[in-house]
Amino acid sequence: MTHSSSPAAPQRTPLYESHLAAHGKIVDFAGWEMPINYGSQIDEHHAVRKDAGMFDVSHMCALDLTGADATRWLRHLLANDVAKLTIPGKALYSCMLNDEAGVIDDLIVYYFSAQHFRIVVNAGTAEKDIAWMRAHLPGYDCTLSVRRDLAMIAVQGPNARERFWTAFPGTRAQTESLAVFQGATLPDRPNWLVARTGYTGEDGFEITLPASQAATTWQTLIEAGVKPCGLGARDTLRLEAGMNLYGQDMDETLSPYDAGLKWTVDLKDPARTFIGQLALVTRRQATQFSGLVLIDRGVLRAHQKVTTALGTGEITSGTFSPSLNQSIALARLPAGVAIGSEVDVEIRDKQLKARVVKPSFVRHGKPVL
Amino acid sequence: MTAPTNLKYAASHEWVKTEADGTLTVGVSDHAQEALGDIVFLELPAVGRVVKAGETVAVIESVKAASDIYSPVSGEVIAVNDAAVDAPDCVNADAYAAWLFKVKPSNIAELDSLLDAAAYTATF
Repeated sequence: MTHSSSPAAPQRTPLYESHLAAHGKIVDFAGWEMPINYGSQIDEHHAVRKDAGMFDVSHMCALDLTGADATRWLRHLLANDVAKLTIPGKALYSCMLNDEAGVIDDLIVYYFSAQHFRIVVNAGTAEKDIAWMRAHLPGYDCTLSVRRDLAMIAVQGPNARERFWTAFPGTRAQTESLAVFQGATLPDRPNWLVARTGYTGEDGFEITLPASQAATTWQTLIEAGVKPCGLGARDTLRLEAGMNLYGQDMDETLSPYDAGLKWTVDLKDPARTFIGQLALVTRRQATQFSGLVLIDRGVLRAHQKVTTALGTGEITSGTFSPSLNQSIALARLPAGVAIGSEVDVEIRDKQLKARVVKPSFVRHGKPVL
Repeated sequence: MTAPTNLKYAASHEWVKTEADGTLTVGVSDHAQEALGDIVFLELPAVGRVVKAGETVAVIESVKAASDIYSPVSGEVIAVNDAAVDAPDCVNADAYAAWLFKVKPSNIAELDSLLDAAAYTATF
């Protein structure tokens, strides 16, 4: 496994000054100086579950793919099948695999036309992703361009869309009818993409826009009642929603099947082959991606050892869930461990009891356990 | 960020208050709670445990991470704050009201190696 090292000089998003102005506590995240919180991380978490919060996700990297072979190339590159995208603005979540079916990254691809797609990849993996993509471009008539001229703001929560429309009334007509996982470009706002996507388990929009407009847009959203939220709340929200974090819950040593992402692999078209496909269908599924709820008092954390009736496993992400008021985790357990069974988690030389659940804890503000 | 002048501090961010009866009350500083973020779990020592200065005696878990709490002095643990265990966020609300445990010191000379408020706040 190769990990590109973070550059020595930390990178900053177009919203860095806005974070400082809002008293954001800045930490290093994958080589980027990002706010972990602006005060109470738990308050930020609840803002997203109950009202509306926003995250600067400009550290993620947008890529534009254009050319006659764009569709053909993506069908080879990705484990999910972009051929099912036919409506402009429609988005698809997919893993990008290496030849051994290990996950290089998970990403979102937006369809604009059969010759034009937008790909959004993780910040920490962007460099190696782009290198991998470029290495697989020869033979295809398409061009990949890196869009660091863009910023991204995720506005999330039950009132997120309403507050966004309050801030930008002119966008309502063009974005009101968007289905989940669908985006719209705005004719009167060049380079804007408003998409009904997110990483919190709540409704909302992810807005891509020119970097030069990021700070004023952020401020307008604050004035419309959207609360700035840091990466800390983003982590507890995505964990409650049972969503994987690349580098923590999955990496190049695991296949999408190990990481609970079988639903994102599309094997339907026998005429299609994608990178990693052969290895994926032949390699044994080593582990089972599960959720854990701690029964005893304490906090589950990444790398704690889990003892089950079928052998040992490991927590990949753990936290205290502000919505459930108890500790939850995502874990890799031996395949076959039953939902509902009790396991032991080692925390500081103690064995604490936890229950195995489906890896989804909270959706749309409600517990789903 | 406050550090009351009637308390002594360890460089590892615990505060110590000398009570009228000579026992010591221990908590974590305002600086510590601020750095930890939202505190969600406390694991406190058993009453009666004999501890050495610098020994790990408690754990504070915030949403972000777990942190060890060290006993600033040697002695016997004579009380723990069960109310704080039930509502750990009280440490965020007022770090100096939310004490964690009380120690009957075995060597009060150890208090001399702790920092006063000015020296403590100069460490960060």
